[in-house]
Amino acid sequence: MKSFSRRRMLTAGIAAAAGAAGAIAAPKVVRRFGLGAPDCAGPYGAGEALTYAASRIIAPNAMAREFSRSWISKEPFANSLYGPIPAEFTKHKAESFVNWKIAVGGMVMHPTEFSVPDLKQMGRSSQITEVACEEGWSYIAEWIGTPLARVLQEVQPLAPARYLVYTSMRDGLWDSIDLHDARHPQTLLTWGMNDGDLPFGFGGPLRMRLPKQLGYRNVKYVHKMVFTDSLKGFGKGMGSANPEYGYSWYAGI
Amino acid sequence: MPQQPGDIAAERPRHGVVVRLTHWLTLVAFVGLVISGVEIVFSHPRFYLGETGNVNMKPLFTLPVASSRDTVPTAYKYILPDQNGWSRYLHFEAAWLLLFVGAVYVVSSWRSGRFRREIVPQRSERNWRSYWSVIGGYLRVTPRREESKTSYNVLQRTVYFAVIFVAFPLMIWTGLAMSPAFTAVAPWCPLIVGGRQTARTLHFFLTWGLVLFFFTHVVMVSTSGFVARMRGMITGGAGSVDAGADAVKEEA
Repeated sequence: MKSFSRRRMLTAGIAAAAGAAGAIAAPKVVRRFGLGAPDCAGPYGAGEALTYAASRIIAPNAMAREFSRSWISKEPFANSLYGPIPAEFTKHKAESFVNWKIAVGGMVMHPTEFSVPDLKQMGRSSQITEVACEEGWSYIAEWIGTPLARVLQEVQPLAPARYLVYTSMRDGLWDSIDLHDARHPQTLLTWGMNDGDLPFGFGGPLRMRLPKQLGYRNVKYVHKMVFTDSLKGFGKGMGSANPEYGYSWYAGI
Repeated sequence: MPQQPGDIAAERPRHGVVVRLTHWLTLVAFVGLVISGVEIVFSHPRFYLGETGNVNMKPLFTLPVASSRDTVPTAYKYILPDQNGWSRYLHFEAAWLLLFVGAVYVVSSWRSGRFRREIVPQRSERNWRSYWSVIGGYLRVTPRREESKTSYNVLQRTVYFAVIFVAFPLMIWTGLAMSPAFTAVAPWCPLIVGGRQTARTLHFFLTWGLVLFFFTHVVMVSTSGFVARMRGMITGGAGSVDAGADAVKEEA
């Protein structure tokens, strides 16, 4: 009886010491390997931090499921748009978006503006992947666009850059991804869908496509991208407009 | 001081510290998951089979409730407030808690032989007669047999076994099958259950199964000596379990 409880005490002591050491080391490890989510303060921070860190550790390079052509949804669904429409956007829409440009700047060697034809010349990639909305619905479509990695090659992000902030012109919605996601081969600046131009309702002329992320991270009508080393200066510093509405930044699970 | 065998039996807690701790932490995670899960369902109270499903497609069934989205056609004229932000944060945080707590419970129970001793139906009782005898006992509300104070009967064992080894694992499985990131790592995860939307529908029904278990569990605990059972699960309870159960029986 006695030796048994002593062994248990010893085991419990070692476990407690390991736990304490882990708790002290964890923030350092998180900083060192860039595993911290920008919205990991507050009551739900632990869950968000775990989700982001787990996805970085388990499979940063995994490819989202791709489907065969017969799986493409005959009736895809596009969420409605809310909020006031900026005059600039109305003007572009009246011109059928022929003068649409995306400005790429921040911590880059060569800040550049790309038109949609510019992007089309730089490279074309297509994927048949599923869009999954956080509400629960989904559809499969073929997405055609320029790999974001190609844009990174052109503008050359500087060494300290860690995140890419991208903004919609339509509703001011903005979001950010780390540069690992930005370089992922399936991350596209999308301008085509199902063998045609990207329809307006689905984000045309230009939409960020991240097939490993939930729908709301795939911001429509992207017109601005900024490379940065820290997300503190953007909005309330929580990584995107979504946490300001109570929604998770990474939403990666 | 030499211990008498009777003393040891009296000092042995009804539930060990790992079981007590993981039991209550599981309750915390479960309540968080159910509340946030219900909230999330309101944003799309339609269910489908297969890989994809949206309002342009025919659902398997629709819940007769209002929605928190104006894009979802319902029988109601009003739109519920959007609660998905905190609901999703809470859902995943509670899921992480459940995962860790579940892992501790399973590893500990495996090593201590608790599963074999208390959860897996005993070999001699794996027959219909034993089940009918227990069910009949519940229906007739006969006084509990002596052994029920210290050991689970075959029906309890079967249900606990199903909850621990079938319902919760399937819940986690179907939850992960909805994740665009996890399915990138494990495409077989949604494939085996029949697609992302089928996984969501199964997730929904499994919730009902676990909620049914939850209420049955609370009713059974309440009718078999609530104070003693609670004491057993909070402090361990030890020998006072019998006294408490008897006291309740006398009151009733």
